[in-house]
Amino acid sequence: MADKLRAQQQLEQLQTRYVGVGHADTTKHEWLSNVQRDSLAAYIGRPAMLEHFSVAFNEPQERIRVQFIDKMIQPCGPPKDKEEI
Amino acid sequence: MTSISLYSLTLVPPSAITSSIVGQFSGRRQQEIITASGSRIQLYRFDPSAGRLVLITSTEVFGIIRTIKPFRVAGSSKDCVIVGSDSGRIAILEYKTEQTRFVHVHLETFGKTGVRRVVPGQYLAVDPKGRATMIASVEKNKLVYILNRDTNANITISSPLEAHKPRSLLYAVTGLDVGYDNPIFAALEVDYSEADLDPSGQAYREIQKTLTYYQLDLGLNHVVRMWSDIVDRQSNLLMEVPGGADGPSGVLVCTEGYIVYRHMNKAVHRVPIPRRRTPYDDPSRKRIIVCGVMHKMKRDFFFLLQSDEGDLFKVTIDYNVRGVEALKIQYFDTVPVAISLNILKSGFLFAAAEGGSHNFYQFVQLGEESGETEFVSTEYVKGDMSDYPAAYFYPRQPENLSLVHTMDTMNPLIDAKVDNLTGEDAPQIYALAGQGPRSSFRTLRHGLDVTEVVASELPGEPTAVWTAKLAAEDTFDAYIVLSFTNGTLVLSIGETVEEVTDSGFLSSTPTLAVQQVGDDSLVQVYPKGIRHISANKEVNEWEAPLHTMVVAATTNSRQVAVALSTTEVVYFELDEDGQLNEYQDRKEMGASVTSMSVGDVPEGKVRNSFLAVGCDDRTVHIVSLDPENTLESLSVQALTASPTSLRILSMPDSTFVDNSQLLDANSTLYLHIGLYNGVYLRSVLDTITGQLSDTQTQFLGARPVKLFKVMAQDQPAILALSSRSWLAYTKDVNFMVTPLVYEGLEFGDGFSSEQCEVGIVGIEGSNLRIFMINDLSENTKSDTLPLAYTPRRMIRHPNRALFYVIESDNNTLAPDARQELLSTSRKQSDYEDLPAEEFGNPKFTEKWASCIEIVDPLSQEKPARIDLVDNEAAFSVTVCSFAASPRRRDEEEEEEDRKASGEDEESAYLVVGTAKDLSLVPRRCGGGFIHVYKIVDEGRGLEFVHKTEVDDPPVAMTEFQGRLLVGVGQCLRIFDLGMKRLLRKCEYKSRSLNNVVTINVAHNRIIIGDIQQSVTYLVYRHADNKLLPLTDDVVARHTTCVTMLDYETVTGGDKFGNLWVLRCKEQVSRDADEDNGAQLLNARTYLDGAPSRLDMLAHFYVQDIPTSIQKTQLVPGGREVILYTGLQGTIGVLAPFISHEDVDFFQQLETILRNEARPLTGRDHLIYRGSYVPVKSVIDGDLCEMYAMLPVDKKRSIAAELERTVREVERKVAGMRTRYAF
Repeated sequence: MADKLRAQQQLEQLQTRYVGVGHADTTKHEWLSNVQRDSLAAYIGRPAMLEHFSVAFNEPQERIRVQFIDKMIQPCGPPKDKEEI
Repeated sequence: MTSISLYSLTLVPPSAITSSIVGQFSGRRQQEIITASGSRIQLYRFDPSAGRLVLITSTEVFGIIRTIKPFRVAGSSKDCVIVGSDSGRIAILEYKTEQTRFVHVHLETFGKTGVRRVVPGQYLAVDPKGRATMIASVEKNKLVYILNRDTNANITISSPLEAHKPRSLLYAVTGLDVGYDNPIFAALEVDYSEADLDPSGQAYREIQKTLTYYQLDLGLNHVVRMWSDIVDRQSNLLMEVPGGADGPSGVLVCTEGYIVYRHMNKAVHRVPIPRRRTPYDDPSRKRIIVCGVMHKMKRDFFFLLQSDEGDLFKVTIDYNVRGVEALKIQYFDTVPVAISLNILKSGFLFAAAEGGSHNFYQFVQLGEESGETEFVSTEYVKGDMSDYPAAYFYPRQPENLSLVHTMDTMNPLIDAKVDNLTGEDAPQIYALAGQGPRSSFRTLRHGLDVTEVVASELPGEPTAVWTAKLAAEDTFDAYIVLSFTNGTLVLSIGETVEEVTDSGFLSSTPTLAVQQVGDDSLVQVYPKGIRHISANKEVNEWEAPLHTMVVAATTNSRQVAVALSTTEVVYFELDEDGQLNEYQDRKEMGASVTSMSVGDVPEGKVRNSFLAVGCDDRTVHIVSLDPENTLESLSVQALTASPTSLRILSMPDSTFVDNSQLLDANSTLYLHIGLYNGVYLRSVLDTITGQLSDTQTQFLGARPVKLFKVMAQDQPAILALSSRSWLAYTKDVNFMVTPLVYEGLEFGDGFSSEQCEVGIVGIEGSNLRIFMINDLSENTKSDTLPLAYTPRRMIRHPNRALFYVIESDNNTLAPDARQELLSTSRKQSDYEDLPAEEFGNPKFTEKWASCIEIVDPLSQEKPARIDLVDNEAAFSVTVCSFAASPRRRDEEEEEEDRKASGEDEESAYLVVGTAKDLSLVPRRCGGGFIHVYKIVDEGRGLEFVHKTEVDDPPVAMTEFQGRLLVGVGQCLRIFDLGMKRLLRKCEYKSRSLNNVVTINVAHNRIIIGDIQQSVTYLVYRHADNKLLPLTDDVVARHTTCVTMLDYETVTGGDKFGNLWVLRCKEQVSRDADEDNGAQLLNARTYLDGAPSRLDMLAHFYVQDIPTSIQKTQLVPGGREVILYTGLQGTIGVLAPFISHEDVDFFQQLETILRNEARPLTGRDHLIYRGSYVPVKSVIDGDLCEMYAMLPVDKKRSIAAELERTVREVERKVAGMRTRYAF
C-alpha cells in the first residue's frame, strides 16, 4: 500500500513539475488542449515558423504571436462537463 | 536497399533578422549592432566614410536563436550579449575584438533542450543597470539570474531563482528602470486555470490580463510578486520607461488601439494610436504596436513605436517629482514594418524589416517642428477608450528620417528555379522574394559585384595594360601604359587622362613589362631590350643579343628577369647607385619560356629570392635568386598543360607556417599558376627550399588563364582572366575564387588614383575599363525587379526566357475593391495613393489582392500584368500544352491554311488555380477556379480563354501527358481542354489526403505531396483510366516542396525545416509499371494506406523552412547537387559524395568537431540536426568548415587524429565547396 502511495506522490510531483504529464483520468479534451498548446508554443518559438504564418496571413509577426498565445488559453473550446461524460 | 551520403552546405545564410540589439560590444566608443538571423549571430559596424553597415563577424551557433539582449555590469565599459535559444541554457557571450569572434563567458543549463512551452528561452529581460536578467517561457517558467563582477572584473552569474506561475501565459516581459533599488521585472500575463475548469465558458470570457511586477530582493536573494493589476485584454507589448534620476519609471503597455502608462500606485495615462486618414479604412481593424525603442538622451528620453502598418509614432512623457503629468503621441514617419528598431547614439535608426531589405536611417530632426497633431493623455481620462473619437493623421513622405543604407535581403524567399537563360558558364538562380509591395523577382548570380569607374573606347585594340607610379613613395599611379601590336601609348592619370609624350618610353614598339624601380626610375621591357628611365629622363638601354627577342619578362621594384627566344633567362638587379646590373651568367631553360614571375621584394630586404619560370614543356621551375646560388634550379613541377601565367604572391592565410619567423605569421607564400587549358592552380611555395606543395585547382573557363596582382579591399588578390574574369582572395580565413559580374577582360592591372583608391584597370576588346570591387563578403549578386504582391509561384515559358509569376496578398484591398470604396466615399474621390513600397497596400480583413505578372529577367521588364477581380487569389500556376483538344485541332488546321511559320509553339496555355473568398482561420472558401489563358505574342501576352469552377482551391497543378493534372483539396484530377470549360477526365480521391500541394510526374508515375501526409506515389493506368496508389510514407510529413531525384527517389522539405530523401522499393516500382493485370487494382491497402511503404534514405534538419528544391548543377564542370531555398532567405545544397573514403573522412571530422568546436549557445550539434527525426546519411558541411576557424594547436591535434596534415584537411574541406557550389 505504501508503495502505491509513494508512486502516487511521485506522479503528482511530476505533474506539478512538468506541464502536460497525464494521469489515468486524463480526458480527451485535456489531452488535446495540451497538444495544441505545445504546438502553438512551438510555432511561436521558431522564428522561421512564425514567419511562415505571418506571410500566409499577411499580418505582422507580432500580431500572429499574440493571436497564438491567446489561442493557448483555450485551444479546444471549453472543457466538457464532468457529469456529461 | 542502397544508401546515399550527402554533404550539406549553406551557400547564402538566412537574411531574416529575428532580433537585433545595439551596444558597445567591442568596448570602444562606437556603437555596434548585433543581429540574430536563423542560427547565426552577426556583428555590424557603421562605416561613416562608406555610409554603410559593415559586417564584422558572423558566427554559426547550430541552434535556434530566439532572442538576444545586451547588458553591461556596473563599472564595465563593454556590453555583453545574453542569448535565449533552444539549448535549455542561458548563454552569455562576449565579443573578443582581437580575435574578431564571440566567446561564451557563461553557459548555464536550466532545462530540457528544444523549443518547448515551459522551457525558458522565448523571452529575455535585463535590468537596465545590468544587475539581473530574467529568462522566461511562454507558459509558467521564469528564471532570474543575478549578474555581477568579481574582483578580477569577470562577470559572475548566480544560480537561478524561480518565479514560476503555473497555468499562466506570458505575453511580454521587460526590466523596469528603478535606479539602484532592487531590480524589478514587469510581465504581461494571463492565468487560464479557471477557464480550464469551467465548462460554461463563462470564465474564459471573463479572463483578465495582468501586469505583474516581480521584484528580485538582492538582500534576501529571492523573487517576490510585488504588484499586479489588470490591464486591457488585448495588451501585447511592454516598454520600459526610464527611472531613477532619468524619469518617472514604470512601463508603457501597448494594446489594441491605444498605449497606457502604468506604474505601481501611480495614475494611469492613455493615448490612442492614431490611424491613417484614408478612404480605405477598415473600421473593424485596430492598430497595434508591433515594436518600439526607447532612447535616452542627456536630459530627455522618447519612444519610437511602430504600428502594424509601419507608421512610427513618437511618444514623450511629461513628468515631475510626483510622477507622470501627461503622455503624448505624435506621428513621426513611416518605415517598413520592422521586427526590431535600434537607435544609435550617433543619430541613426536601424530597422530590421519583417520582409524585404533592412534599412538604416539617419535622424534629420526629431519631429519637434513637424506640425503634426499631438494627442495628449489629459484628453483621454475617463471612460472606455472606444468612447472617444478616433485619432487620425495624414501619412506623408518621411521628413525626420533619411535613408542611409539598405541591407538587401531575400526574406521571405518563396520560390526559386535554377536555369541558365543567359548562356553564361554557370546557371543563375531565379527567385521570388519579399512580402507584399516590397516583394521582388530576383536574378541571382555567383560573383562579386563591381562598380565601373571609367569605360572608354581606345583607338585600337591594346594587347596589354599597366599602371605605374613615378616614385616609390607615391601613393597613386601616374601612368597608364597601353601596349598595342605595333606601339606603346602612355597616358597620364589626373583630372583628365591625356597622352604623355615625354615619358621616356619607347613608343614605336610593343611593351612586355612596365615597372617603377628603385626610388624614382621606370623600366620598360620591350621585345628588343630593356629601357631604364631615370627621373631626369636619362635613359640606359640594354639590348637583347642579335637575332634574339625577349619573350617573357618579370619585374619588381629591385629585380628584372627576361627570357630570350633562345630559352635563356637573363637576370638584372638594382645596385646601390640605382643602376640595373646584369648577372654574369645566363640560365638555359631547355624549353621555350612562356611566363615568369618574381614576387615582390619583402619589406626590409633587397631582393626576392625566388624566380618562377614556366616552360612550354609543361613545367614550372623555381630558380633561386640568392647571391650564394643565383640562378640555380631549386625545384621543378610538372603540369597538365603549359603554364600561360605565373605569379608569386603571399596571401593572408589561416594555416601557420613552420618557419613563420621569416614571414608575416598569418600569410603564406604561394605560387599562382594559370594554365593554357583554363585551369588555375595555387601551390604553397616553401620559403627556404623553394619546393611546391599543397596544390589547389580550379577550372576557370575555356581560355588560357592570365594572372595579375591587384588589391581588393586592403588585401592582395589575384585577378585571373579566362573566358570570365575571376578574383582569388581570402575571405575570413578561407581561400575563395569568385567570378566578377563584369565583362570578360583580356588583360588587367591594379589601379590607384585619388578618385578610385583601390581599383582595377582592364582591357576588353578596344575598351579601357577601370572598376572597383564592391564587397568581398558578398559573393552573390542579385538583380531585383519589383513585384506588386507577395509572390506565390512561378513557371517558366516552355522555351522562352520568360517567367509567369502569380502573386496574392491576404487582408489587402485589390485595385477593383479600392475603386469601389473610392466611388462610394464622395469626399475623397480624388484621393491619391501613397507609394506602396513604404506605406504598404491598404489592409482590409478577408479581402485578397492578386495578380499574374509576366517577367522578362533578361531585359528586367514586366511585359504584362493581369489583376484578378472578385476577391479571387491565385495559388498555383502551370504551363500546359493540351495535346488533343478540339480547339487545338481547329487551330492547327487554320494555321496550316495560313502557313504561319514559327507560330507553332503558341499552342501553350497558362493555367492558374485560384480561390474565391478564402479565409485561412477558420478555413472557409467560396470555391476554387481554374483559369485558362492562351499564351500569345511570343509569350509576352495572355488571352483569357475560360475558367472552370472546382470545389476546393487548386494548390498544385502540372501538365501530364498532354492533359492537366490538378490537386484539388483531397482529390487529384485530370482535366482536358474543352471549348467552354475544362473537362474532368479522371479522379483519384483518398481519405488520407488533406490538401495536395506538390505534384511531380515522370512517365506514368505521379508523385503527390500532401500538406500533412507526406508523399504518395501513384501510377496512371491508361487501360482503365485510373490513378492507383502504389506506395506512401510512414511519417506524416508536412510537405512544402518535393522533387524527383530519379524514377524511384524523391527529395523534399517540410514545414518544420527538415530535408529528406525517400525511395520506393525497387520491386514495387517495377511491378507498378509492368502491371498489366489487375494486381495493383485489387491490391489490399495496408494500414489504411497504399499497399507498400517508402524507405527513408536521408534526413537532415536545416531550421529554415524549405520552400523550393531542385536537382541541378551549379558549377561548370561540377556534379549535380540538390539545391534548396529556405523561407528566411537561405540557399543551400546537399551534394552527393563520390567515394567512400571521403564519407569516412568527413564523418570522422564531423564527429571530432562536434566535441572540439562546440556550438556557442550550448546546443548539442547532433541533437540539433536531428530535431525532429535523427540525422541520417547527411554530413554537416557547415560544421566541417568550422575547422578553419579553430586555433592552430587544436587544428593540429585534429589533423593528427585524422592522420593528415592541417593543410590537407583544410584543402579537403574547401574542395568540397568549390567542387559542387560556391
